[in-house]
Amino acid sequence: MSALADLFTVVAVSAGVLFFLAGVVGLLRFPDALTRLHALTKADNVGLGLVVLGLLPQAGSFFEALKLLLVWLTVLLAGATVGQLIARVARQAGTRR
Amino acid sequence: MNFELGYELPVGLLLLTAAAWSVAARDSYSATVGFVSYGLLIAIVWMQLQAFDVALAEVAIGSGLTGLLLLGAAARLRAAEARVTVRPTLALRILAALACAAVAVAIAVTVLTLPEAAPSLAGPAVAALPATGLGNPVNGVLMAFRAFDTFLEKVVLVLSLVGVWSLAPDLGWSGRPRLLHPFADDGVLRFLARTLPPVGLLFGLHLMWNGADEPGGAFQGATVLAAMWLLVLMAGLAEAPRIRARWLRVAAVAGPATFLAVGLAGVGLAGAFLAYPEPHAKSLILFVELPMMLTISIVLALLVAGPPERASEP
Repeated sequence: MSALADLFTVVAVSAGVLFFLAGVVGLLRFPDALTRLHALTKADNVGLGLVVLGLLPQAGSFFEALKLLLVWLTVLLAGATVGQLIARVARQAGTRR
Repeated sequence: MNFELGYELPVGLLLLTAAAWSVAARDSYSATVGFVSYGLLIAIVWMQLQAFDVALAEVAIGSGLTGLLLLGAAARLRAAEARVTVRPTLALRILAALACAAVAVAIAVTVLTLPEAAPSLAGPAVAALPATGLGNPVNGVLMAFRAFDTFLEKVVLVLSLVGVWSLAPDLGWSGRPRLLHPFADDGVLRFLARTLPPVGLLFGLHLMWNGADEPGGAFQGATVLAAMWLLVLMAGLAEAPRIRARWLRVAAVAGPATFLAVGLAGVGLAGAFLAYPEPHAKSLILFVELPMMLTISIVLALLVAGPPERASEP
């Protein structure tokens, strides 16, 4: 059972790290602010989500697992808001030019 | 290569890169971005060193709040910065580089010649901790053993607010700080400013309350509260208070005033200024920390808000 949980952790965290890697590549390679944001938000939301999901079986107690989920939800909220705000500024700057 | 080294080496290299970037960056905005990343990386290093209290303080104050202040300054300076075309002469730049290098070498030599077993009061501090009723030695040092330093730190905080306010023009003196909020009419920021503060309020109080026994404390908690208040102000959901408001001025000095009162009471009750009578040490410390938290959060938020600018409406 614990081997299965460990396997799940390795697979999920690796998948999450892959999302972060893709996000960073996108940040470096994409041509403008909006597409770069698009790449970054995937890393933040899904990447961190998968990392948290993978760490859930390793949590020592129910409340520890809850804390991990809460961290993810907070980052989701902050990431979604900041992404929108940056996109708005980028669009305004683009139309002004 | 073991795991520890494989983890610490990249973090250390990143840290040096961020530090070099924030020094070498041409404009103050990029330098600030570098400084904030540097602060976050430093916090990771403190975590690695098991110094969780320092890591929390670094993230909240060193990186977060200072970064915000610097960003505000960079935004105000941007127009002026673009106009500056005169660069310092080569001789001056070489001289400055030599002076900086000399300081760096002096610090490095000092660190390298420190005695191997650094003098430490950690042992006695932990041994005396039960007398305070606290479980977190860092908080014990801050609130009991070195209470005088903490008390003066709060006084300095109030003085810094007086310093910012004294930059106000005559007409602004009875007005409100003018927070730049380019997103005030934006539903997204308003949504965050309505959703996050309840969570932040709880988390800030939790940091303070928990600080007695685990990492955390009044300063870190108060920074979270200040951030929540600033979020509400920036979203335009509430207006910054008039700086002549009586409640504001009482709140701004409540922390140091309570600390001073408890300290003076200590002369009679425990035989020394800022000493706590032993059975009540923990409750007295919490009694001081609550108004202190109020003072810190209000002063930090108003430091970011800046001097009052708008003249009072009739």
